[in-house]
Amino acid sequence: MGRVEPQVNMGNGILVEKGINTWTYWQLIYRRFKKHRLATISFYILVLIYSVGLLAPGFFAPYNKLTQFEDIYLPPQAIKFIDEEGNFHIRPFTYEWKTERNPDTWTAVCRLDKSFRYPLYFFVRGEEYKLLGLFKSDIHLFGVKDANLFLFGTDNLGRDLFSRIIYGTGISLSIGLVGVGISFFLGLLLGGLSGLIGGVVDNLIQRSIEFIKSIPSIPLWMALAAAIPQNWSALKVYFMITIILSFTNWTGLARVIRSNVLSIKERDFIKAAESFNAPVSYIITKHLLPNMMSYIIVGLTLAVPSMILGETSLSFLGIGLRPPVVSLGVLLQNAQSFQAVSMYPWILIPGIIVTVVILSLNFVGDGMRDAADPYYK
Amino acid sequence: MFVYILRRCLYVIPILILVSIVSFIVIQLPPGDFLTSQLQALEEQYGESVQSYIDILRSQYGLDQPLYVQYFKWMSGIFTRFDFGQSFQQRRAVKEIIMERLPYTFLITFITLLFTWIVAIPLGVYSAIKQYSIFDYIFTLIAFIGQSIPNFLLALVLMYIFYSSFGWSLGGLFSTEYLISSWGIGKILDLAKHLVLPIIVIGTAGTAGVFRVLRGMMLDELNKDYVRTARAKGLTESIVIWKHVVRIAVLPLISTIGWVLPGLISGQVITAIVLNLPTLGVVLYQSLLNQDMYIAGSFILLASTLTVIGTLISDILLAMFDPRIRYD
Repeated sequence: MGRVEPQVNMGNGILVEKGINTWTYWQLIYRRFKKHRLATISFYILVLIYSVGLLAPGFFAPYNKLTQFEDIYLPPQAIKFIDEEGNFHIRPFTYEWKTERNPDTWTAVCRLDKSFRYPLYFFVRGEEYKLLGLFKSDIHLFGVKDANLFLFGTDNLGRDLFSRIIYGTGISLSIGLVGVGISFFLGLLLGGLSGLIGGVVDNLIQRSIEFIKSIPSIPLWMALAAAIPQNWSALKVYFMITIILSFTNWTGLARVIRSNVLSIKERDFIKAAESFNAPVSYIITKHLLPNMMSYIIVGLTLAVPSMILGETSLSFLGIGLRPPVVSLGVLLQNAQSFQAVSMYPWILIPGIIVTVVILSLNFVGDGMRDAADPYYK
Repeated sequence: MFVYILRRCLYVIPILILVSIVSFIVIQLPPGDFLTSQLQALEEQYGESVQSYIDILRSQYGLDQPLYVQYFKWMSGIFTRFDFGQSFQQRRAVKEIIMERLPYTFLITFITLLFTWIVAIPLGVYSAIKQYSIFDYIFTLIAFIGQSIPNFLLALVLMYIFYSSFGWSLGGLFSTEYLISSWGIGKILDLAKHLVLPIIVIGTAGTAGVFRVLRGMMLDELNKDYVRTARAKGLTESIVIWKHVVRIAVLPLISTIGWVLPGLISGQVITAIVLNLPTLGVVLYQSLLNQDMYIAGSFILLASTLTVIGTLISDILLAMFDPRIRYD
């Protein structure tokens, strides 16, 4: 990749010494990014999580997010290769949990029923779902026959936690993406205007940013989210929450863009373009944006975690997204009471997913920041 | 310098006015006239006997008058009588509720900040001096995790661990037997025991942040010429590090001093809710759930005001401690 064969004459009179490789700007960034081992790994983790959660949750989840089963709070089922007698099976299998009543105390007790092995099959037919909201399908990546498969156990209403996490991850991640999209638009527009025009406009925009930053975000988010009327549809609430979250989020990006515009604007190549009477739109699209792109991407990457955290926290408190919408925060609502957590610790699994996603985003952002200026040694 | 401070102070005024307007909007946000519905409920419950009380409330908040009059009534109440309005849920003045919770909020904020600095500064300095050592990697990784894990999740997990391994049930700030007892050694020890968890939870994210900022700053500074000069002069390594480099590297931390004030009001709302701490943030949450909007609005107002003042203080401190800042 990236290697231009050594040439003597570039054809336009520019001589390039033999044996010197020329790398494009993005190749240099890619090379530097790849040096950050954790960032690279995190990047692949994110690609995996995003594609599972956003592209085809129905395919990866064994069940629908709302299907209720008989048993509530079943513990996670392990996938095993070695059975009770110590025999190894090529095809992984699982045992089923059985809920029984303790005859004395009448409390529910879960027991692993090891009398029957349920082998795991791939591409099994199950509940119908829609792929990307378009194509109907009933093929799931994996499942068992004649029994239920609850990889992460079931929740308080007997729904499969694993499937719900997959659907919820999609919603939580999409809030991050949509919100950052809005922040990106506002930040680019206002930050760009601020840097390009300067003067009164700059002053006005900068003061408004200071003003927005002076309101502590979490209390403001909470107040705005709590004011969403109860009778709104799930979709409307979803967009409202996203808008609330991006309302405070764009300011950081606007500042990054403004300072970049200010520094690039003074460079010689812009002056040259101006002296050739290049139109402003040309200068913006051909000179300013490409030069700021890597910084914009860093800003965007680092803005996603706070959006996801915001949604998760609000939904966790019960003032964000509302059931039947499933997001990671909504899933964690169950874990609000400490008693529930100590009895059914697996309801914290959505929290682990949140942490992994945010950690990966932070690593990728960190790696991107190091790589954003490839000419800096 | 004086002119700089004066101008910086004047800047604050328009921002404060805007903040107060936003807070007032928050009060008005819930659909329907909140106060009217409350008054209706009062009237249905108690009938004619509370009519005079209702009339007083009506005139106090200027309910029959346009919004901007209501806004000015609210503001003038705050300025003349320090009166933020009434909590309808608790039938008490908002001022009273705030005053009741302020000491604990202050205690937790202050100790957490202390914890953050005591842990983060030595670790940050160490990591920077021994860059790419095994401990540097470990600390940096922990800092990343600390910044990424949602605080409420950390609170839940730690509560679970404390409970399952020590049998401590550590919600709130006091065990039930000490809740109403008077102050004594036992109560203080109990308080200290209960403070461990909030400090770890709230302090983690802050510690991780301070650690990363300090490490980055230290690494930048260590390569500069004045460090080489200091070493060339034959100064001992500890003097070079602590007297020259750290002194510059901690400057960004001065801006964290500005967070202490708003932290008093809004600090770690979500953690406080999970841990059931008697801080102001929890009151905000409860008031929002009950649509007790005068509390909520007052909170946003107070928290934003303190943020603005906190930023002002840290800007002035920074200008005083960092001679490189120009005041024009």
